[in-house]
Amino acid sequence: MAGRSDPTPVDALREAAPDGVDFDGLRVARDDDGFRLAVPDASYDGLSAAEFTDVAREHRAYVENWLFWHAHAPQGDPEWAFLRWVEYADDLTVPERVERLDDGLTREWGQVAVTVRGGDGRRRYDLRHADEADAAPDDLSTYADPHEARRLRTFDDDGDYRPLSTAPTLRHGWAFEALDPGDAVRAVEGFYPATIANWHRERGGTLDVTHWHDAVTRQTGIYGVVRTWDRGEGHDHVNWVAEACCADSQCLKRREWGYDAETPLDADGGEGVFPCREPCSLVVAAARKWTRLESEQSRTYSFDLTPSEKEQLETVVDAVADGRVDGVRDGDTSDGANRFRARFLRAKLFDDDGNLCGVPTDRDA
Amino acid sequence: MSEALLIVAHGSHLNPESSAPAQDHADAIRAAGAVDEVREAYWKEEPSLRNALRTVTADAVYVVPLFISEGYFTETVIPRELRLDFDVDDWDSDGTSADVATCTPADVAKTVHYCGPVGTHDAMTDVIVRRAETVTGDPEVGAGVGLAVVGHGTKRNENSAKAVEYHADRVRDRGRFDEVHALFMDEEPEIDDVTDHFASDDVVVVPLFVADGYHTQEDIPADMGIADDAGGYAVPTRLDGHDIWYAGAIGTEALMADVILDRAADAGAAIDREARPGRTPTAAADGD
Repeated sequence: MAGRSDPTPVDALREAAPDGVDFDGLRVARDDDGFRLAVPDASYDGLSAAEFTDVAREHRAYVENWLFWHAHAPQGDPEWAFLRWVEYADDLTVPERVERLDDGLTREWGQVAVTVRGGDGRRRYDLRHADEADAAPDDLSTYADPHEARRLRTFDDDGDYRPLSTAPTLRHGWAFEALDPGDAVRAVEGFYPATIANWHRERGGTLDVTHWHDAVTRQTGIYGVVRTWDRGEGHDHVNWVAEACCADSQCLKRREWGYDAETPLDADGGEGVFPCREPCSLVVAAARKWTRLESEQSRTYSFDLTPSEKEQLETVVDAVADGRVDGVRDGDTSDGANRFRARFLRAKLFDDDGNLCGVPTDRDA
Repeated sequence: MSEALLIVAHGSHLNPESSAPAQDHADAIRAAGAVDEVREAYWKEEPSLRNALRTVTADAVYVVPLFISEGYFTETVIPRELRLDFDVDDWDSDGTSADVATCTPADVAKTVHYCGPVGTHDAMTDVIVRRAETVTGDPEVGAGVGLAVVGHGTKRNENSAKAVEYHADRVRDRGRFDEVHALFMDEEPEIDDVTDHFASDDVVVVPLFVADGYHTQEDIPADMGIADDAGGYAVPTRLDGHDIWYAGAIGTEALMADVILDRAADAGAAIDREARPGRTPTAAADGD
């Protein structure tokens, strides 16, 4: 509840009545006949101030809900919409929400589970890794400062640096407990920067998408070279970029950009809750590398490989691309990406200069 | 009207230390209560410059580049990526004098006060001196001591060297150190020959870099010849008859938070001048 110096929810509603209230099923007005108040199951007219107070107390869940969203929740449109989404405000009536907020309502935002509790007019928010919704509190490190989230997102469980916040590698072992609504938004934005703003724009039909063509045209300096890799109708390369970088296995954003506004990509955009509105800096940096590599002409090389050796090379590329190398057991020589299998292949097929089958790379032919 | 501070830094796909100064200074400014809303944005990390302004609640945004010199990033990349209607002539700068240009971004209804980089602000001279104090552990450091202010240097942009020379001149004019020289990684006079430039027994070396990374932790110590077998360096390191007090990147100095605030205040932000986060001296740096 509000502190003693704050107006009670009923007082606040009475003060707001002359301007009219129409929110989540609660409608309040004041005219020459007195106060009016309506909720989905009841309606009152011609109330005196004292009668209004009694009626409003009777329907205090609606009154407290109105006050929370107008006095305690952040008033910026994206933050407000996000917190409403967290508690299914578009789907559940006020009494339904009050009942379920006792136990908590949870939404997943990428790998972060956001749980909101409290039906008494206030809300408290818990954040955890979605995998750890049921973990015992003692097993998690608890944080109170929402800005810590942006430090928690910096490294994965192995301690490796995560340059892409929306990579599906969010570390485990942390919890934010009982955050107020503004801090909850700040922590979510710490884990997944700018996602709330762009999600909100998408919901309102105003997401400003910058497609590949426009994004690479904008590049200057050392990145200006990617403009030469912009092939108009022949844009298979952009599909390969998207398949390499923008799959759900690599990034939890849902790609909204295509080659240009008229030309979608074949590669699937993903299932993520937050939209990706333009090629990110990692994609541009990778594309710069591929621009250089793709400027080479192909050559014909001859290698003699057994069928199993060819398949093993394919398996190794797959294993690296899918990031499963660390999961290959040392004793599992049936797996082509097994380290000893790879070492045997190298011992047999590479010459002292590292050339496959002793065939030089021959860059100058 | 509400106001926000947006600290803009380079960031890195490879090195988490690159964004650490921006994060630390933002935290310090926030903790001091100097500005209601403090945000960061990066060229190579998130939130990206392209998405930064939409993460800000306030109507007026003071954008302060956490960069050392004027040049390609401050004049081209940052305004373009923030979608500002910025013309470099608005700054009317000689290479170290950019202060503020008021701009309208294309994608949000806000007013952006786009400030010059922290590195060229006059208060950076104080940070260099503070850095010399912290690395030597001597608040009176100066007499009998030489100071090398080190920049990257590049033939592509003369402003890169201007910022370094500007502060070296200002420190020299104060007369506190026996000798002050501007030295560079990639142009003359070079940091490789640091001891050739100083007669003083003790030489403090302060690199004007924002973050500790390959240049400040590996290249410069190796160029000077103070890197040890493990790739680190001792403070001080004995070199050619001098003690070299190598300070690491100036951008990690706590007093930098004050320079960020100075930039915003000079541009008209309602900064609480009493809430100065960087006044507490930091511990002496070491090279580990």
